[in-house]
Amino acid sequence: MVHWSAEEKQLIASVWGKVNVEECGAEALARLLIVYPWTQRFFDNFGNLSSPTAIIGNPKVRAHGKKVLTSFGDAIKNLENLKVTYSKLSELHCDKLHVDPENFRLLGDILIIVLAAHFTKDFTPACQATWQKLVGVVAHALAHKYH
Amino acid sequence: MVLSPNDKSNVKAVFGKIGGQAEAYGAETLERMFATYPQTKTYFPHFDLGKGSAQVKGHGKKVAAALVEAANHVDDIAGALSKLSDLHAQKLRVDPVNFKLLGQCFLVVVASHNPSLLTPEVHASLDKFLCAVGTVLTAKYR
Repeated sequence: MVHWSAEEKQLIASVWGKVNVEECGAEALARLLIVYPWTQRFFDNFGNLSSPTAIIGNPKVRAHGKKVLTSFGDAIKNLENLKVTYSKLSELHCDKLHVDPENFRLLGDILIIVLAAHFTKDFTPACQATWQKLVGVVAHALAHKYH
Repeated sequence: MVLSPNDKSNVKAVFGKIGGQAEAYGAETLERMFATYPQTKTYFPHFDLGKGSAQVKGHGKKVAAALVEAANHVDDIAGALSKLSDLHAQKLRVDPVNFKLLGQCFLVVVASHNPSLLTPEVHASLDKFLCAVGTVLTAKYR
């Protein structure tokens, strides 16, 4: 069981409260596909991913980014119960989607950079530390049902 | 992984923009790394790692200078960092996994100070560059 201090919960809530889930999700997924192009392997049916411009403008990327980050919001609401919350999603990513859990870590790191760019100096070292812990825990929960 | 001509020019542009702030960025990168990845502190038992530490500032300056040197010689990073590569292999022996952690924190520093500079394309180039630097520094480990 992961322990979250009061300060950490505050840092998570205060950042999340100001996040535009649709914009942030779209940007995070687009950057994942641009910075780590091999991640495009999971999105053959997304159409045009041929350039950064194409990826950023791709409506399927935007929609899926929003979906992913919305689900992340569920994690935040269930910090004390993450493995259970993500149990079915974990099975899905293993059995149906066949996604290497390393990709969850890559997306987590990208999300941190998107948040840093958005919050600039308000994204303090303490804030980064808390959020890196959060994305790590989310990645771990998503990988938990893998077999 | 190879740096394209585009990557190289993106990297040069970033470091050109950062200019004299590189030293401060180096210090902040280390501060963030120690806060976010406490295991990295194990390489600095001899340092005061408290807030505003002069030793961290000094070391951040060295780290930044190395990145600037690599950026200025982006066509031959291995050549530019050869002595540093020897040092890491023979003396420092920092586990290779830690270079990624430093890289992540450097990207966060750049993003938080210059959000408009770190477009997705530049982000990709800088990430590749930082990977290349890590690869060079661990190249002689075994």
